[in-house]
Amino acid sequence: MQAAIEIDGLTKDYYLGFWRKRPRRALDGLTLTIEEGEVFGFLGPNGAGKTTTLKLLMGLIFPTSGGARILGRAIEDVSMHHDVGYLPEQPYFYDYLTARELLDYFARFFRLSAEERRRRIGSVLDLVGLSSAADVQLRRYSKGMLQRIGMAQAILHQPRVVFLDEPMSGLDPVGRREARDIILDLKRQGRTVFFSTHILPDAEMLCDRVAVLVGGKLQGVGSPEQIVSIEVESLEVLFELPAGSALPPALEDAATQTGARYRIQVPEAQLYDALEGLRAARARIISVSQLKPTLEDFFLRLVGGEQRKHAVEISGGGL
Amino acid sequence: MTWVVALNTFREAVRDRVLYNLIFFALLMIAAAVLVGQISIGIEHLVIVNLGLTAISIFGLVMAIFIGVGLVYKEIDKRTLYALLARPLRRRQFLVGKYAGLLLTLAVNTALMTLGLAVALFYVSRTFVRSDLSILVAVYFILLKLALVTALALLFSCFSTPMLSTVFTLGLYLAGTFSTDIRSFGEVTESPALGAVTKFLYYLLPNFNNFNAIAAAAYGRQIPLILVAQNTAYAAIYITLVLLAAAAIFSNRDLK
Repeated sequence: MQAAIEIDGLTKDYYLGFWRKRPRRALDGLTLTIEEGEVFGFLGPNGAGKTTTLKLLMGLIFPTSGGARILGRAIEDVSMHHDVGYLPEQPYFYDYLTARELLDYFARFFRLSAEERRRRIGSVLDLVGLSSAADVQLRRYSKGMLQRIGMAQAILHQPRVVFLDEPMSGLDPVGRREARDIILDLKRQGRTVFFSTHILPDAEMLCDRVAVLVGGKLQGVGSPEQIVSIEVESLEVLFELPAGSALPPALEDAATQTGARYRIQVPEAQLYDALEGLRAARARIISVSQLKPTLEDFFLRLVGGEQRKHAVEISGGGL
Repeated sequence: MTWVVALNTFREAVRDRVLYNLIFFALLMIAAAVLVGQISIGIEHLVIVNLGLTAISIFGLVMAIFIGVGLVYKEIDKRTLYALLARPLRRRQFLVGKYAGLLLTLAVNTALMTLGLAVALFYVSRTFVRSDLSILVAVYFILLKLALVTALALLFSCFSTPMLSTVFTLGLYLAGTFSTDIRSFGEVTESPALGAVTKFLYYLLPNFNNFNAIAAAAYGRQIPLILVAQNTAYAAIYITLVLLAAAAIFSNRDLK
């Protein structure tokens, strides 16, 4: 099967300063291959180089070195865009147009008949939940609505590869769920989705594989489970104590009380000891759950180099 | 592709209310010309044509510069260009599309203002004479001038802010209007180096003086066809070169 996206040593330097220009490397030798039909998550904290990568792939900026191919065609080849959709980060569109006019404008670049354009526009507006606001000028749109119209224009021409830069940003919970449904729907249709995010649960839920980028460098590629499982190291126990019963002395320091409930965090190895203590105190266990790290923790550690070893393992040692 | 961008640029301009204000003021000025004409006994026709064509030229210039300098800059600054360039659209096609769109806007506005002038003339003279045809030629020259100014504004818009682009475009327009004087200055000076520089500038700067046929139209003089052909060819060549330069700059620049 042909690779959907082949990125080979993609590097981008920005030059800062007015008189004495100093280079700052935003992306450092990124090499990645994404197969057709994959939903691929591009993870990283702000400033990691995610948007730079997407802008390079879309030809909005030019690489300092390296290159990439999409569906076998070099990114410099404009015809490649016939099969590619793109949602920019924090999208902004012509505010003097209505949503329907904007989509019609964009659809005209694909030589679709008027009837076909009308049909597709109606269908994507429906899909992103903007049918009722289709004839409202975009200047009256909220940030979330702009994000939705951004998604609509990215998939309007039924591209084989869709690039989404932070597709969930600015969306409320309902909007995020709908965006996730759209991505899953694209996957069902066999399309390739490459999306950047700094929200780990989104990646966990949607992606076949994820890549982690920090400071312009690829830290690892793997399935979301691999990325997250590295970090599961403690558990949280939620419990209540009967009247007259006291906390076991060993847990006194670790416990926090909220109303009648207590909460403790224990390392996985000490879970049974803690549960024994709670049984002795006749505590009623409400839940025991894995404590997954926040993405922030995850990235902070990566930046600190602590996870470097794990990252190498995820990618099978092939960074 | 190019035409799709052009039509959207036209639509943007049409939906911009500033434009209607400009047309309103231009028509107001033509109306004022009628009033001034009425108190200029015997030379109403001359005054109306002179003031009317000057109004068309000035308001056209204001539009060409102020919309032109924002043509590309606004799209980059507001990032509306991102989604657009993700279509199968070359950057040079986008540029030419934007240019053609503004040119279409200017042509429609100039046509409207010319219609206003024609109404004013008819109001005063109750008839049109054959020599009035030179008014149309003068309007055509104004359009050629606007096309050239728009190309320059677009060129600056590719790498500079609207404020600076306005200064550059206006500066070039003024220098181009007085390019003949610059050469004459070089000819009377005794320094051969200065003479060479002014001659070089004369050929480099766009010669806007050639496009001024307002006086000829006002006096009803016939404008020779050869001048029409010369001006058309000059504008076409100069515009092509400016657009090629704009495309070369814009096609290689990183969008922020």
